[in-house]
Amino acid sequence: MGAACAYYCTAAGLRVEVVERGAIGGGTSGAGEGNILVSDKAPGPELELALLSSRLWRELGAELGAEALEYEAKGGVVVAGSAETAEGLRRFTAGQRASGVHATDIGPDELFALEPRLTREAVGGAHYPQDAQVQPVLATAHLLRHARRRGARVHCGTRVTGFVRDRHDAVIGVRTDSPTAPVRHARWVINAAGTWAGELAGLAGAPVPVLPRRGFVLVTEPLPRVVRHKVYTAEYVANVASGDAGLETSVVVEGTRGGTVLIGASRERVGFDREISLPVLRRLAAQAIGLFPFLSGVSLLRSYLGFRPYCPDHLPVIGPDPRAPGLLHACGHEGAGIGLASATGHLLAQRLTGAEPDLDLTPFRPQRFAEATA
Amino acid sequence: MSTSPFTFSFDDRAVPAEDGQSVAAALIASGIRSWRVTRVEGRPRGVFCGIGVCFDCLVTINGSPNQRACVIEAHPGDVVRTQEGAGRADLAC
Amino acid sequence: MPISPAEPGPAAVHDIVVLGAGPAGLATAVAAAARGARVALVDAGPRPGGQYWRHRAGDDGAAHHDWDRFRRLRDGLDAHRDLLDHRSGHTVWHVERTGAGFTVHTLHAGRPYEIRGRTVVVATGAYDRQVPFPGWTTPGVFTAGAVQALLKGQGVVAGRRIAVAGTGPFLLPVAAGLAEAGAEVVGVFEAGRPLAFGRHPFTVVRNAAKLAEGAGYLRTLARHRIPYRTRTTVVAAHGTDSVTGVTVARLDAGWRTLPGSARTLDCDTVAVGYGFTPQTELAVQLGCAMERDGDGSLVARVDSRQRSSVDGVYAAGEACGVGGARLSLIEGELAGLHAAWATTGARPDRRRLARLLRRRAAQRSFAAALHRAYPVPGGWRTWLEEDTVVCRCEEVDVAAVRRAVTELGATDPRTVKLCARPGMGLCQGRVCGYATAGLVAEADGREVTADDLRGMAGRPIAQPLPLGVLAAGADGAGNEA
Repeated sequence: MGAACAYYCTAAGLRVEVVERGAIGGGTSGAGEGNILVSDKAPGPELELALLSSRLWRELGAELGAEALEYEAKGGVVVAGSAETAEGLRRFTAGQRASGVHATDIGPDELFALEPRLTREAVGGAHYPQDAQVQPVLATAHLLRHARRRGARVHCGTRVTGFVRDRHDAVIGVRTDSPTAPVRHARWVINAAGTWAGELAGLAGAPVPVLPRRGFVLVTEPLPRVVRHKVYTAEYVANVASGDAGLETSVVVEGTRGGTVLIGASRERVGFDREISLPVLRRLAAQAIGLFPFLSGVSLLRSYLGFRPYCPDHLPVIGPDPRAPGLLHACGHEGAGIGLASATGHLLAQRLTGAEPDLDLTPFRPQRFAEATA
Repeated sequence: MSTSPFTFSFDDRAVPAEDGQSVAAALIASGIRSWRVTRVEGRPRGVFCGIGVCFDCLVTINGSPNQRACVIEAHPGDVVRTQEGAGRADLAC
Repeated sequence: MPISPAEPGPAAVHDIVVLGAGPAGLATAVAAAARGARVALVDAGPRPGGQYWRHRAGDDGAAHHDWDRFRRLRDGLDAHRDLLDHRSGHTVWHVERTGAGFTVHTLHAGRPYEIRGRTVVVATGAYDRQVPFPGWTTPGVFTAGAVQALLKGQGVVAGRRIAVAGTGPFLLPVAAGLAEAGAEVVGVFEAGRPLAFGRHPFTVVRNAAKLAEGAGYLRTLARHRIPYRTRTTVVAAHGTDSVTGVTVARLDAGWRTLPGSARTLDCDTVAVGYGFTPQTELAVQLGCAMERDGDGSLVARVDSRQRSSVDGVYAAGEACGVGGARLSLIEGELAGLHAAWATTGARPDRRRLARLLRRRAAQRSFAAALHRAYPVPGGWRTWLEEDTVVCRCEEVDVAAVRRAVTELGATDPRTVKLCARPGMGLCQGRVCGYATAGLVAEADGREVTADDLRGMAGRPIAQPLPLGVLAAGADGAGNEA
């Protein structure tokens, strides 16, 4: 997210410094699959953002090199296991189509043509040609690389410890733990601290409720190209939009350039617990086999976990914060951070340069949570 | 030593082995150095670490790919084949 | 007591689950069982002994060191059969912390098992450390340990004309063993200059036995007229489908090759090793505090009772610092006595503990002296070509690793791994972790840190396992998945 902001802001002629407490892509980006999805979003402001992002990522793929980003417009396939689910999915796609999503309802034959190894128990589904993927850490690295070429400076291993305010209490920079540059002045500060954005916002006295939602991903041994799209079950959409604190798993399976197959996605609100949970891994494995029976004999090579930055209303926080003038947020994108990063960076750059934003940021305003409780 | 000799097949050729011997050891004793072709560059590989750590000596045994030849004991009649790439060509579609 | 697919029964909980049946694990298990603890000894090998006492069924031990000690330990396993459950052929893929202790998840003959214990002892040993060099992926280049394992464990000589290269005292027994088995060893090329070892006379005197062993090997080499060259190593291997020769060069103190010193030698086999890398993924999985040891390896930190930073987790042997079999035996016994004390209340003999601690201190200072005598300075990086493979699994070359730092802005090995894929293959960075950390640190203009090593050492799934096997445990709250 920070890299996309740096990319678009430098492209707009702004001078940018990136302060990263760890390594590039070291937070949630490095623990995700790099999804650029429109398929999992219901009509509304997030879908608008996703459609803009989808277009911008395609442009980034052309500008930065699809190979370099491992950008792949592989398309998404959503699978329904029952006639009832298929019917629900058809209603969902109809709404999406009305909002500009390319979504095709498909029957079993088309489904098996798209994904020959899919379980024969699938009764129908939908095809979303706009769904794409990047390798998230490569994408982050290349966005920053281009930003650096345009003059941005990137400070890894540097933690923000506080904000610098002027007489009018406006944010004019950050304090860091760097012994060489403990204060960095800036006209604007963008909070793109991912799952830790709530903590950072708190330092500015402008809290945003960003919470961690843990997810595991399983990685198989390398295989030939056998899963061609991003394939998931229709239940996935319901879970993405759920606020349940308990464990939810709905399987997402996809192949990668490296040959490995990635299996997600679990959602749990367990704080920042980094301990591996075998019950979750077992459930993901069982669900993946349900979708692609051949996976039963394929070996699990590794697993990783990450923390999605999650807001209670499932909308990201994007835009200036009136409670701390000079501070803007670009956080709370939950599991869609990579996908929505391009539009978020682009819209903030427009906002900072006084251009007319391509999308209305009102639904994403940071003060909405305070309004709700007021 | 319990060394009752037997044979298994490697790429359709008979390879002698002794009871308890690993597939890799039997192959090396027969002068065979490589039994895997890498996924990316198509390079030959055989034993490297010899103790099950490096996964370089992967081979297809009785139809199962990705078997570590250095730790798997050979059995009479085993059908051992050079593993091409990921050894999962059967899955490609 | 054993939990098997045939006997699901109520879950048996051992007092101690020992991971690894090499010197450290065997000593742990026997010492603990002798104090009345219920022990499970879990090991991937078909027979106890680990890499050090690797042997074939029916082996009389003539070719092994300290075989008497091994026989006593093996007899100990038998004598305590009622308390000691030896699980050979079990590959551990995960160790899970549970409320009451630990569950060790293994694969045995393709089936999953769960072995429970109130405590665990990580005695997982080590394997040869490697640095890459041009041609090191050519068939016929083996680790020194592989050549030794083929010889001692399989009765197979790895080649006909063999170059032995790298650094460390282990090269000597490997070369001597090959020569005695009839191979032509074209030379032992020791990159270091271990005479520096003489600067630590106190340590040397206390470990005279160990040095006598080294002298014996040197005599064997002399008898077979095998050249032993220091400050010299194999900097490239040649051949496309199999090794046909090597380039040997002289090195300066930092291991840069001396101009004009390179020469080629015909040979069909290379045995190479640059010290050892401890198997630490299970300690890392369990959350044990890790540190960078004197030899540059990531090791588990332990106290005077062999306790790691995690309650109920002990470590012994190479996993807490490469130090050889004697140190492993001492640490194993200490771990066994203390874990037994902690779980059964059987208080160990205080004098025995004091004696073990004294011997541990002596062996550790000997190990530290060896680490100083056989350092691995960074000059190996100058032997590399840009297209030399670093990660053998994913075939990632030097240029790709360096580019991830210089062009993509990665500052640590973990980010390089995510950008360029070294360590992403089936071995999960076991082989290339050390070299990748070294290359990244160099490209980033700094020294390797414990965090760098840690970034290549996390393997939450320690061994590949079929998804079907993993999934099958989904319904089971029982003891066998």
